[in-house]
Amino acid sequence: MSTLRLDPLSAIFRHAVLLITGALILIPFVWMVSLSIKPPGEIFRASFSFWPEQFYGIENYTKALTEVPLSQYMLNGVFVCAMIVVLQILVCAPAAYALAKLDFPGKNLLFALVLIALLLPHEVLALPLFILGYQLGILNTYAALIFPYVVSPFGIFLFRQFFKTIPDDVIHAARLDGLSELSIVWKIMVPMALPAIIAFGIFSVVSHWNSLFWPLIAVRDQALMPPPLGIMAFKNEEAGNDYGPLMAAATLVVAPLIIAFLSAQRWFVEGLTGGAVK
Amino acid sequence: MSTASFTAPKRAGSNTAGTRKALRNHRIAEAFAAWSLACPAFILLVVLFFLPVFAVFAIALTDWQFGASSLSFVGFANFKEVFADEGFRASFVNTILYVAIVVPGTILLGLAIALLIEAGRSFRAFYRAIHFLPFMATLTAMAIAWEALLHPTIGLVNQTLVGLGLPTANWLRDENTVLPVLAVIGIWQNLGYAMVLFLAGLKSIPQDLYDAADIDGADLWLDRLRTVTLPMLGPVTMFVFIVVALKAFETFDTVQILTQGGPGHASETLLFTLYRESFQYLRTGYGASVAVVFLFIVVALTLIQARVMDKRVHYQ
Repeated sequence: MSTLRLDPLSAIFRHAVLLITGALILIPFVWMVSLSIKPPGEIFRASFSFWPEQFYGIENYTKALTEVPLSQYMLNGVFVCAMIVVLQILVCAPAAYALAKLDFPGKNLLFALVLIALLLPHEVLALPLFILGYQLGILNTYAALIFPYVVSPFGIFLFRQFFKTIPDDVIHAARLDGLSELSIVWKIMVPMALPAIIAFGIFSVVSHWNSLFWPLIAVRDQALMPPPLGIMAFKNEEAGNDYGPLMAAATLVVAPLIIAFLSAQRWFVEGLTGGAVK
Repeated sequence: MSTASFTAPKRAGSNTAGTRKALRNHRIAEAFAAWSLACPAFILLVVLFFLPVFAVFAIALTDWQFGASSLSFVGFANFKEVFADEGFRASFVNTILYVAIVVPGTILLGLAIALLIEAGRSFRAFYRAIHFLPFMATLTAMAIAWEALLHPTIGLVNQTLVGLGLPTANWLRDENTVLPVLAVIGIWQNLGYAMVLFLAGLKSIPQDLYDAADIDGADLWLDRLRTVTLPMLGPVTMFVFIVVALKAFETFDTVQILTQGGPGHASETLLFTLYRESFQYLRTGYGASVAVVFLFIVVALTLIQARVMDKRVHYQ
C-alpha cells in the first residue's frame, strides 16, 4: 500500500491513533522511571505528575546500587551472556559449515537432530538438566547458568542457511590456498555471514539477559544472580515498601537493552524476528 | 578440535584407478573433516537435548523424588494424578484462557498498528520502535513496573479510574481480574513482535496486485485492504498465530513475579506449575509428567506451524 498518498484527514487520524497506542505502550516505562526519582512520601501520596516535587533520584539509585549488589547482578548478566554467545558461535559455526558445505555419512541424521531440538521448549529439559548439573557438582556456579545453552539448535540452523548462500567457488579457492577446513569456517564463512552472526548474537544476548526460569533453578547465591533473578530477590526483600529504589533497580536492568535497541534498531528487529523460527 | 585439511582431487589423473582412489581418499578426508567440525555440536545436542528429553519421559513413569535413593516404576500413575489434580486442571484451564485472550488480542492490535504504520510514510521507524520496545525489555523488571501501575491505592490505573468516577479493583489479588490482567501484560509485551512480522508480510505483497485492484475499481483504502492486503496476509497471520500461541503457553515470569499463581489457583499457568512441583515441592515424578504434557502441547503447535509453512511454500 506504500504508494498510496494519504489525504490530510487520514494522515492526521494515522498519527493520532499511533501516538495514543504508543503512549499507552510507554506508560509502564514512564511510570517506572517516574517512581524511581520520587521520594517515598510522594510515591504514597499518589499523584499523576511525572516529575517529582523533590528530586530523589540520586538517593534511590544510590540505594539500588549499594543496598543490593545490583552492579554485581549486571556484571553477572554481562559475563554469562558473553560466555553463552561466544560458546554458541564456537560450537555452532563449524557444525553449520559441515551441514551446509560438506558431504558426510550421518549428515541427514545430524540435521534431523537439529530440527527436533528446535522443537523442544527449554523449560521441559530443566529437570534433567538440573539433575545433570547436580551430578556434575556445578549447581550454584556460573557454569550452571551457562552449560544448558552452549549449543543452540537455532544457531546451527540459522548459520547453515546463511553458509549455503556462500558460493562453493570461494571455498575451493580457499582450499587451493591451503586453508584447513577449520580456518575456512573462521576466516571465510563467519566473516561473510557476519549479518547472521550479529543477528543471532542479539537474539541470544536478549533472551539470556531477560531469562528468569533457568537462573531461578540453577543458582541460589546472590553473588551469582543475573539481573532478572537479582531484581526478583530485591523485590522479595523489600516486600513492596520501598518502591523508589526498586524502580531504580528495574530501570537500570532494562536500560542497557533499550539503549542498545534504540541505537541499532534494524539489527535488533532482524535478530529477534529471525528468532521467529524458534 | 582437529584442523583436518584436504585438497581437491588431482584432475590430471593419468589412469582411472588412480583417479578413483584419489576420489575415495578425498571422500574419506571430507567425511573426517566434517565430523570433526560437527562433533562438539553433535555431542552437546545429545547430552543437553536428547538425553534430557528421554530422561523426562523416564522420570515421569517413576515415583522418584529428587534426593531419594530409591525409585520404582509406577507406569502412568503420575499422569493419572496430574489429570485428577484440581490444581493442575485449574492451571491447564487458566493457560488455555490466557492463550485465548493473548493470541487474538496480540494479532488484532499488532495487525492494526502494522497497517497504520505502513499506510503513511512519516515516522515509520519511530512508531515501530515504540511499539516494539516491550518485546525486548526485561519482563521481570517490567512486571515490577506493572505491579506499581496496578497497585490498589497508589497505582496509576486505580487513580485514573477514581478520577473518572469508575469502580476500582485490586487487580492482582482478585481472582476475577488477575488472569485478564496478566493477559493484558502478555498482549502489551508481544504486540510489537506481531507488528514487526506483519510489517514484513506487508512489504512482501507485490505492487502489481494493488495496481490490478486499482484497475478493478478498488480505489478506496478499505477496498484494497479487503481484496488484496488481508487475503495476502493469510499465511503470515497463521505464522504469527502459532508463534504468539507458543509464547503465551510459555508464560512464566509475570506469574512468578506478580502472583505466584494466586489468589488460590486463579493465575496458575502450566509452566509455573511445572516449576513449583519440580523445584519447590521436589515432586520430581509429578513435575516430569507436567513437563511431558507441556511438551506435547508445544510440539503439536509447532507441527501445525510446520504444516502451515509447508502449505505457504506450495502457494507461491
